Amino acid sequence: MSIDKDKIKHISKLARISIDSNKSDSLAKDLTSIFKFIEQLNELNTDKVEPLSSILNTPLRSREDKINDGKIRDKVLENSPKKNEEFFVVPKVIE
Amino acid sequence: MSKDKFDYFIKGEKNKYEVIIGLEVHAQVSSNSKLFSGSATKFGAEPNSQVSLIDSAFPGMLPVINKECINQAIRTGLGLNAKINNNSVFDRKNYFYADLPQGYQISQYKNPIVGEGKVLLDMSYGSKEIGIERLHLEQDAGKSIHDMDPSNTYVDLNRSGIALMEIVSKPDLRSPEEVNAYIKKLRTIMRYLGTCDGNMQEGSLRADVNVSVRQVGDKKFGTRCEIKNVNSIKFMQMAIEYEANRQVKLLDEGKKIEQETRLFDTKKNETRSMRSKEDAHDYRYFPDPDLLPLKIEQKLIDDLKKTLPELPDNKKERFMKDYGLNSYEANVLVSEKEISNYYEEVAKLSDKKLAATWMMGDLFAMLNDKGLNISKSPISAKNFAELVQSIKSGEISGRIAKEVFELMVESGDNPKKIIESKGMKQQSDPKELEKIINEILTKNKDKVDQYKSGKEKLFGFFVGQVMKQSGGKANPQLTNDILKKLLKG
Amino acid sequence: MSEIIKKNLSELIDLIKKKEIKSEELANLYINKVNKSKKLNSYITTCFEHTIQKSKEFDKKPNLNSLLPGVPLAVKDLFCTNGFKTTAGSKMLENFIPQYESTVTENLWKEGAILLGKLNCDEYAMGSSNETSYFGNVINPIAKDTVPGGSSGGSASALAADLTPATIGTDTGGSIRQPASFTGTVGLKPTYGLCSRWGIVAFASSLDQAGPMTKSVKDCSIMLEAMAGFDKKDSTSIEKKKENYSKNLKTDIKGLKIGIPKEYRVENMPKEIDELWNKGKSILKDLGADIIDISLPHTKYALPTYYIVAPAEASSNLARYDGVKYGYRSSKGNDLIEMYENTRSEGFGDEVKRRILIGTYVLSSGYYDAYYLKAQKVRQLIKKDFDENFGKVDAILTPSTPSSAFKIGEKTNDPISMYLNDIFTVPVNLAGLPAISVPAGLDKKGYPLGLQLIGKTLDEQNILNVAYAFEKNCNFKNEIKNWWL
Repeated sequence: MSIDKDKIKHISKLARISIDSNKSDSLAKDLTSIFKFIEQLNELNTDKVEPLSSILNTPLRSREDKINDGKIRDKVLENSPKKNEEFFVVPKVIE
Repeated sequence: MSKDKFDYFIKGEKNKYEVIIGLEVHAQVSSNSKLFSGSATKFGAEPNSQVSLIDSAFPGMLPVINKECINQAIRTGLGLNAKINNNSVFDRKNYFYADLPQGYQISQYKNPIVGEGKVLLDMSYGSKEIGIERLHLEQDAGKSIHDMDPSNTYVDLNRSGIALMEIVSKPDLRSPEEVNAYIKKLRTIMRYLGTCDGNMQEGSLRADVNVSVRQVGDKKFGTRCEIKNVNSIKFMQMAIEYEANRQVKLLDEGKKIEQETRLFDTKKNETRSMRSKEDAHDYRYFPDPDLLPLKIEQKLIDDLKKTLPELPDNKKERFMKDYGLNSYEANVLVSEKEISNYYEEVAKLSDKKLAATWMMGDLFAMLNDKGLNISKSPISAKNFAELVQSIKSGEISGRIAKEVFELMVESGDNPKKIIESKGMKQQSDPKELEKIINEILTKNKDKVDQYKSGKEKLFGFFVGQVMKQSGGKANPQLTNDILKKLLKG
Repeated sequence: MSEIIKKNLSELIDLIKKKEIKSEELANLYINKVNKSKKLNSYITTCFEHTIQKSKEFDKKPNLNSLLPGVPLAVKDLFCTNGFKTTAGSKMLENFIPQYESTVTENLWKEGAILLGKLNCDEYAMGSSNETSYFGNVINPIAKDTVPGGSSGGSASALAADLTPATIGTDTGGSIRQPASFTGTVGLKPTYGLCSRWGIVAFASSLDQAGPMTKSVKDCSIMLEAMAGFDKKDSTSIEKKKENYSKNLKTDIKGLKIGIPKEYRVENMPKEIDELWNKGKSILKDLGADIIDISLPHTKYALPTYYIVAPAEASSNLARYDGVKYGYRSSKGNDLIEMYENTRSEGFGDEVKRRILIGTYVLSSGYYDAYYLKAQKVRQLIKKDFDENFGKVDAILTPSTPSSAFKIGEKTNDPISMYLNDIFTVPVNLAGLPAISVPAGLDKKGYPLGLQLIGKTLDEQNILNVAYAFEKNCNFKNEIKNWWL
């Protein structure tokens, strides 16, 4: 798989990371070589192999339906780069 | 009951179209705490007060699933006659949004907890089965508030992480009316089960509506549009109406329909394309590595099955069989668990059929007037049963019963007490009545003569006089009988 | 410089228990040397006031029955520490102060340890040389132009330079074992699920494990005992009783079967590594172990598999860094989407961005089956390789790394050559197994090299025992000359 600038544009959009256009070429080159490396997997026939879903064989544990968290608004908002007394504040969203 | 014919079609300039609707209903699971954290789920709390470090996705925070949410999903699945999957998987649905703190929603993609099921609708044109594709558990997002500040959006994460059941229907719905019936039926089932309170004002029940149209007779589905997050039945119906007509217009003009996500603007009453969902087609689902596959033992399913309450379809059948109600009455009286409970209590103590008539008439009208739920009814089931019995036994007339009913609403008193203290008991002693009637006939000799000479309309006049004289308490049937007898003589 | 801080953790614990040294004195010795060792750049944050205050409290009322009585410790800056900056080596979290404590560090404090500071690491633990850290690269005390390995490079450097008596790191593909090998120290990656991941900045959730980094195998057993344990806050934490690794440590390995996988003899591997491996085999053989040749046929596919699975999980785990709840936010951008794109572009370094993009790609529509699903299938095969062989052998011996510490800047322009560093360590993470790197010798340049012992699931005691026996018979001596002082 060769990664070109268009693909970089597409995935960087999905990942919400803006990429400088002057870095795009070297990034494309790096990613192409990395994909060439990982495509070694194509040598293997895995048609009959079940994908590994978890390395633990135990079932999912669950907790009781109890309220024992929350009511920590100050803590939750403390580290926010932009906030007021009650809310996180973000630039206007256009729906 | 006479059956109507289904007739919801949209006529374009050229062709006649059928509307195909599928719903993805998001029902908030009734639970104390959130799906993966111990924060409360109560509606209307102070902004960001029901948020843990997990709900706000702090670094290193991990999800642990709430047992009750799993049970509620299983119960709901059983209520929808659906297959419960012994193995299911939680996946991450990746997208960015201000009210999605993790940058992904934990949901279920390829392996949901509940598989195919069905829901039965009673339409005026007969009963109709709507297929359920699946039900899965997922996290709710927070709330973005766009109108508190001209240049910023405020984010409240109280809802973030609350458990939702997404119930996906097959594209079996064909009209806004069926959508109405479907949502109401789902809500009834979940309320019976106690798995979702169904409160649409509080957002406990919302739906994404998939709409497409096709020419009548076509077998293939048309391209669908998804209208996101509609939170009332009325809006769903309006959105479908608008969207179907929009699509019909495009097709009739020979244009193509773009598959897209649209938003219903409740102010303009129209749907429009959503910019924020541009890359909605690429959610990059993959199994959440913070969670293990969910295994559900058959024993748990069996145990939950045993504790399920009687569900509306079964209850309706029983009401028809045991109480002699017709399908319409039974439908109304099972529409809410509380109503059916009230009815059964009343029916145990009084005439079953008369009780149904009075409940669906005067009682519902009064509750509706006062905006009350039946559980808050000022008239207890026991008192209501006594009232019904008083009517049935002839102790009071229907007309007096209405007065007693009003007084019961005001005072909450027992009807016997009201009838007694106000002397409202029906005059059913033939001797007493005969005495009154004789007096009236004597006083109105001229009218008696006229009656006898053929003016039979005057019968009503005599009844009126008897009622007036008796303060409305004369037993109407007895009055009729005696009057007829005496006027003949 | 005091000779005391050259001592192993277990020796220091003895001194404290015998009341030959106070916690505060010990803390001051380390603080003193840390202050003089800025050149190594192994610490991102120090919290000496806290350290002194806590050590004074300890000295007033010493609990000598705990595992780490009054011992000052620095930890990798990936563990969230309540009230102390936790950066994950990233600009994104430069000023992030958690209001919570990771389970693993909490366990250490409960056993009497005291926080000294937070140690440098590759950004979000993505790197094998500690050169991706926003706070600058870390120097290996072995030689001033070499890297300490990564991602727990700051931890390894600080430990080898006596800037902490022991430490903890995290290991997603070798991030504990490779730097341990590069610095002549002991590093153990536990069985997946043995140590809680709660409160550790996540890189790849199905691979991440915290583990100890120490100067000796005994120290390693003490640290592991202190940090491990079931945590109901982590759904992938294994529910089991605590073990007394240090008490049960023994050197008798007679009759143990040690597997030697032929696939670990890779092309272009330096001869001295092969020799070292042979030396390891003969030491264990002399101690009475049976050496058995085995095959792990899918070994060469481990690294490509890893470079699908880890970035995929990372791309999702790092989506939360969006400038809304905490961390860096760009001031550029007119709407929410632009704010996201600029924040993440400016807040993440190149390697992190590269891996997020790889991960986004392998999960994206149309590519999921070809990459991610394929990788999960190969991961199954890699796990099976181990499962099958652990019927025949009790532990597996391999080199830890394909080379000794390399020069700063040597591999930064070639991601693949950097990734190849983890060729021997990555299979273990994919299979969720425990593995320990023990120093085994020096190469021609005098740089240390380690051997890796891989154990069965939850068989930490066994690999600790083998490593302990090996250590006692290997006569390895780290030669660190404190050139930076």
